[in-house]
Amino acid sequence: MKRIKFDEQFFEIDPNETVLQSLLRNNMQVPYGCKAGVCQSCLMRCLDEIPVPSSSQIGLSALQQKENYFLACVCMPENDMTLALPNKEQVWLEAKVVEKEFVSDNVMILTIQSKDPFAFFAGQFVNLRNRAGTIRSYSIANTPNAAHTLVFHIRILPNGQFSRWAASELDIGMTLSFSHAQGNCHYLEGKSEQSLLLIGSGTGLAPLYGIIEDALENHHHTGEIHLFHGSRDATGLYFETKLDELSQHHANFHYTPCLSGVNPDKHRYTQGRVNQIALEKFTKLDGWRVYLCGQSDMVLQSKRMAYLQGAALKEIFADAFLS
Amino acid sequence: MSDTLNTANATLFEQLGGEGAVNAAVDIFYRKVLMDDRINRFFEGVDMDKQAVKQKAFLTMAFGGPANYSGQDMRNGHAKLVEMGLNDSHFDAVVENLATTLTELGVSDALIGQVAAIAETTRVDVLGK
Repeated sequence: MKRIKFDEQFFEIDPNETVLQSLLRNNMQVPYGCKAGVCQSCLMRCLDEIPVPSSSQIGLSALQQKENYFLACVCMPENDMTLALPNKEQVWLEAKVVEKEFVSDNVMILTIQSKDPFAFFAGQFVNLRNRAGTIRSYSIANTPNAAHTLVFHIRILPNGQFSRWAASELDIGMTLSFSHAQGNCHYLEGKSEQSLLLIGSGTGLAPLYGIIEDALENHHHTGEIHLFHGSRDATGLYFETKLDELSQHHANFHYTPCLSGVNPDKHRYTQGRVNQIALEKFTKLDGWRVYLCGQSDMVLQSKRMAYLQGAALKEIFADAFLS
Repeated sequence: MSDTLNTANATLFEQLGGEGAVNAAVDIFYRKVLMDDRINRFFEGVDMDKQAVKQKAFLTMAFGGPANYSGQDMRNGHAKLVEMGLNDSHFDAVVENLATTLTELGVSDALIGQVAAIAETTRVDVLGK
């Protein structure tokens, strides 16, 4: 059995247990968020000279990897480990809520305004933290602007600790902490004639909407841009009017709303799973750039299909949401 | 890929075009492997980005470039697949996909033969013999 040493105490790791699970089981106070190796809230450092499992370093910078940083929530130790929290605590910035709008039964658009200027690309994500210390990752659905506002599409989940709080208790004027922007799911400059395929389910629309706005408004993208947004039923689709307007103003932007469940209007909505519809319509993706956001099975499956249909791996940007 | 650099002194890796050639080949090669019904079941459920990194390391080695892993790593990495039934026919299929990739990229048969010969040296470790 492997042992970890943290805060001058030793803890055992049970079979199939992660470092984070062991620490929490032993009532250690350590920060964490997604428990899935994405949000990096549980970043720790191993002080031993033995390398940590590389699977617990995915998404970290080359320097962090070299310095034996790892994510506690996805680390199953292969050796005994001496652990420390990172020297630099995660930097939390402050913002206040400026707008809150429900656009469907379970989707809320939250706009916050950063106290200080804030650098990001539309489509990246930040961690939001409420006063109770609950942390969740959300994609940024707008582009950098002079007012330093950030827009998020928040799906209200029945048991969502953060989303239910945001829906019921978070009010305009209240403050909220947020982290620096992370992730590589954003628009890339320099290939404005490239065809873009964007596939999103549910609030996977958020990063895609930001990327589309960035492409059309800031970079005058001239290549074709095809957005496929899917949900089970029509109440899960939102921003339909905005996206229709966008396609009227930009001849190269095409919007296809898709429903996998009950379809009240067969002319308006394409019937089926959003990723299958998109990837059956565009079977040759050589030279395309592909963005995939939303439910994780859909994203992983689409990534493989897009690659097999000719998209280069480095041209596929995927953001798998956890629920 | 560069066939112009065919001086007697150039290494195989240089003759093929070095890292640039590996990058050009890896997307084509890995796609062929995933589409090949003889072998793609061994790649089900794997993380594509991590797998692409491994494919790149393999191609670099087969192209005569620096090898970043040992025979023991190869053994450990494929042990589960051997349990799943990985055998000589699957190894042959991978080498075949590698050769087809290089043909598509315009590499001469002579150089492809050299690459295949290097790939061949990993057979015993990959198959845990």
